[in-house]
Amino acid sequence: MSLPAALSKTPLHALHLELGAKMVPFAGYEMPVNYPGGIIAEHKHCRASAALFDVSHMGQVRLIGDNAASALESLVPVDIAGLAAGKQRYAFFTNSAGGILDDLMVTRRENDLLLVVNAACKAADINHLVTNIGHRCTVQPLPDRALLALQGPKAVDALPRLNPEVTTLTFMTGKTLALAGADCYITRSGYTGEDGFEISVPAADAEALARSLLAMPEVRPAGLGARDTLRLEAGLCLYGQDMNANTTPVQAGLTWAIQKVRRVGGARHGGYPGAGVIDAQLATGTTHKRVGLLGLERVPVREGVRLVDALGHKLGEVTSGTLAPSVDQPIAMAYLASNHAVPRSEVFAEVRGKRQPMRIVPLPFVPHRYVRG
Amino acid sequence: MTTLFTAEHEWITTDTPAIVGITVHAQDALGDIVFVDLPAVGAKFNQGDVAGVVESVKAAADLYMPVTGEVVEINEALRDDPSLANSDPLDTGWFFKVRVADATQFDKLLDAPAYDELVKKS
Repeated sequence: MSLPAALSKTPLHALHLELGAKMVPFAGYEMPVNYPGGIIAEHKHCRASAALFDVSHMGQVRLIGDNAASALESLVPVDIAGLAAGKQRYAFFTNSAGGILDDLMVTRRENDLLLVVNAACKAADINHLVTNIGHRCTVQPLPDRALLALQGPKAVDALPRLNPEVTTLTFMTGKTLALAGADCYITRSGYTGEDGFEISVPAADAEALARSLLAMPEVRPAGLGARDTLRLEAGLCLYGQDMNANTTPVQAGLTWAIQKVRRVGGARHGGYPGAGVIDAQLATGTTHKRVGLLGLERVPVREGVRLVDALGHKLGEVTSGTLAPSVDQPIAMAYLASNHAVPRSEVFAEVRGKRQPMRIVPLPFVPHRYVRG
Repeated sequence: MTTLFTAEHEWITTDTPAIVGITVHAQDALGDIVFVDLPAVGAKFNQGDVAGVVESVKAAADLYMPVTGEVVEINEALRDDPSLANSDPLDTGWFFKVRVADATQFDKLLDAPAYDELVKKS
């Protein structure tokens, strides 16, 4: 007989239960989708104050060695070699067709590169790294470290109580700092569109750190439900939903993450899987692209919904959607035929046989409030 | 008047007309309810037909007709404020009223202890 694999638990599992979280299976982990206050309250608290998320299910991986940066550049269309110590960058692994295998955050530290990858892709990513660049650098997964995200405008009021030096960080930079005696690596970044921090902490110290943060008046816990509505309002892609192995970074509107040095004419042009496809698309565009949609009625428009024109011709499909707590209207991200992806024009979403009008709007739906240097 | 339950987490009263809503367990499982799609007054449904949709932040769920009948009134207050289905699901968060075609269908529904037992097992 074959039994389903048991779900993994993060180091904060007991704390989630104590806080009354509703736990759900997610990417092989039992994770909190929300606490007793509910998703909308957690979402709004993050926009107004500070929310603490457990994102320990995500994969943390070190790349060690003098050739680590150039080795990683053979897998991502991103400038890693030019990344200064303490700087963080968004990246994605591509396949030979230019499709996205996963998206990740890369931070150049003094002695290594720290990668944070999606939980569902973690095993495949590590295999991809070991197979393709394991001979050029050491690929070291960090299963003994937890990851906490403290997000919201008051994160910067709360976290400095544990170490005032965190205020020296700006958006997309990181430092090794002690928090409540724990040896942490902190970046000023996140997945909500708000200012905030992501804290890599030894698993053994994670619960004590979470408790000391939750004891602060600004901070409340938030689950994966609010994380999803927050990232969607911020116009940020979710891997597996808004992009996948059949989506290129050009179609996904992520060309801002491909620096000039990796493009045609750049000093380290190409040299990653699918470079030819991505170069061609950068030059000529794509037939479909990712757009933001604002619902003009109250009906939520979700993943998989067909988008049509006034005559019923299919124009594309929704990849993420919800009734947005801060916008207080339905919002969605979708792939649309490029010649219809015109800002302020309207399309129809087919929900349960009825056409719901939606307007194409620029992303994000809620302005980013990052603290840049 | 008695309140009966379906295995799909609707409740219905035996009033004339009967009142239909979703259970405490249903609203808790769905989470924050942000939209309800209510049937038209005058619409007729068979027992088990999809008569409406409840949407939370996370997901959409169908509302099944507990008995065969005709919708005679809908809860306009719920349409304006779907969160009533979370805050007061058994009272002001009702969905619609039904003229019941065949009262013997009530016999197949669950009473409160039987429904509680079903929820405990789920």
